[in-house]
Amino acid sequence: MEPQRILDADGTLVGEVPDGLDDDQLRGMLRLMLVGRRLDQKAIALQRRGKLGTYAPLSGQEAASVGSSFAMDTSVDRLVPQYREQLAMLHWGLPLGTYLLQRYGHPKGAELPEHGRLYPQQVALAAHAPHAVGLAWGMKLLGEEGVAICHFGDGASSEGDAHEAMNLAGVTKAPVIFVVQNNNWAISVPLKLQTAGVIAARAAGVGIAGERVDGNDVLAMFAATRRARERAVAGEGATLIEAVTYRLGAHTTADDPTKYIDPEELEQARTRDPIERFRTWLTSEQLWDDEREATVVAEIDELIEQATVDFDAAGPADKAAMFEQVFAEEPPRLTRQRLAYESEWKGA
Amino acid sequence: MATMSMIEAIRAALHEEMAADDRVMVLGEDVGKQGGVFRATEGLQTEFGVERVVDTPVAEAAIIGASIGLATAGMVPVAELQFLGFAHQAFHQIGFQLGRFRYRTLGRFPLQVTIRAPYGGGVHAPELHSDAFEAMLANAPGIKIVAPSTAADAKGLLTAAIRDPDPVIFLEGLKGYRLVRDEVPDGDHTVPSGEARIAREGDDVSILAWSYQVVNALEAAERAAEEGISVEVVDIRSLVPLDEDTIAASVSKTGRCITVEEAPRTAGFGAELVATVQELCFLDLEAPILRLAGFDTPYPMPLIENDYIPGPDRIFDAIRRTVEF
Repeated sequence: MEPQRILDADGTLVGEVPDGLDDDQLRGMLRLMLVGRRLDQKAIALQRRGKLGTYAPLSGQEAASVGSSFAMDTSVDRLVPQYREQLAMLHWGLPLGTYLLQRYGHPKGAELPEHGRLYPQQVALAAHAPHAVGLAWGMKLLGEEGVAICHFGDGASSEGDAHEAMNLAGVTKAPVIFVVQNNNWAISVPLKLQTAGVIAARAAGVGIAGERVDGNDVLAMFAATRRARERAVAGEGATLIEAVTYRLGAHTTADDPTKYIDPEELEQARTRDPIERFRTWLTSEQLWDDEREATVVAEIDELIEQATVDFDAAGPADKAAMFEQVFAEEPPRLTRQRLAYESEWKGA
Repeated sequence: MATMSMIEAIRAALHEEMAADDRVMVLGEDVGKQGGVFRATEGLQTEFGVERVVDTPVAEAAIIGASIGLATAGMVPVAELQFLGFAHQAFHQIGFQLGRFRYRTLGRFPLQVTIRAPYGGGVHAPELHSDAFEAMLANAPGIKIVAPSTAADAKGLLTAAIRDPDPVIFLEGLKGYRLVRDEVPDGDHTVPSGEARIAREGDDVSILAWSYQVVNALEAAERAAEEGISVEVVDIRSLVPLDEDTIAASVSKTGRCITVEEAPRTAGFGAELVATVQELCFLDLEAPILRLAGFDTPYPMPLIENDYIPGPDRIFDAIRRTVEF
């Protein structure tokens, strides 16, 4: 299955520009992709200075994240993300400062937007895939408009939960979209050790639609996700989209990819950079230029700067958060534990 | 009041909650046309339709995982795991996901999910079916665990579980499904989690048990009474939250305590009860707390399982040893 492509690696248009994207949205997509690239740089720097915990950079995967997000209707659709979907989470309204607090390990970082359409980022691989199916299935049962979209990686695709979820989506015809970010790496394990097959081909085995897309082509990702959404809304059920991309950075800041990535392969991957190709095409369409780039990047840096200010304003972690929201009503046994803990920490 | 078996009481609770609230749905393996392998859901699909009584693929993690998603959408899922032994295949969804969603989202996504599972052994089920790993479940925060020993409590606790805003695991003692029969109050009958029940009052020794072991404890207590020993049987019935007050009041009164469970002994829930009792009742204790459990072996083959599970004989022996200490 050759990945579908609308923009070639050099930014040449080789397909149809998808319907439903006006100039502002096209520019908005590049802007969000640039947010990702700048955020990676800033977050890694913060982590090195001890201001953030482990950070999972997304460089290289911006198009897959942004294209799939822009194809959804965030006013009714719900995002069930894996941890490397910073950009999708921001698109669904997560404040950047809250995101950074999450990465810092601050209890306030667990706050989610009040609209309830953004789910907590999943760290246990593929464990959120059946949640997305249940959510979509429930929305269908309740007659609600909206589709669930769930991202996970090629490594997570090996989990039993991924298979169980896709299979259940098939029989329930749940309006759910699975986006597999096939970035070729599960920490240090390459795709060829992860699976001997084609991930998108698994869709046929469970009776859902499957698409294999160049994940570095934001237009192709948008088009495939839009088609998947239309199918879901029409009652035709789920789609598995395999976004073929490449992780340009480390798995996380705790990882050293020079131990296992062939530098030549990495250099080769850099020539397929999703931002470069989209910028080249937008420029050729007179929708982008250096001046606009400079303005947008300055805005992004300001946004990130403001987020770090919000981050600092959160103050120290409140220890009382330890005992909050375990149950709707705190059981007496937990109350006794909390009181004992509080007297210890206040006495210290 | 109507006399019901445990399975009838469970079915009645499901039926009434589904009739009262359109959001309540049942999902699991063979719960539809078949009505469940123990017939707990018999007739429900005919009455409420295939959308609300759903035969799922054989995929325990997906059954629980999807229930999490369904609850966040606004449904009230009641998932059936065909045997608790199969719940191992869903354990990460139960322990890692179900019990932590409210906490991890600061209350944004509470999960009104009930999991029903046939629990324990003693019915000659094939190997790897019978299991009693309530201690593993109890070690997963954020989940309530109830295990009734009477039909009345089965109906009341299940009704309360379905209405509970938090996840509840409802353990159905396999042996008691049809053997246990008692009077179930008419009308809306709920038993809140977190409250133990004094199944039999006594003065000399307290037995702490749950699920079918309460039945065994009552039989042993009856025999002990013939020898002039007065046994109090505390039906724990809610492991999480645990009713420490009722337990402490009983043991402080009798000064002696025996815990009974059908799980492996090491790190079983009985160990938690023993620790709790010695914390709360140390100065009232007149004998070491005795702990009856299965053995630290895998659950044995059906023909010898009744020697693994504590029964009335072992409990009676323990009563005598404790009182004579």
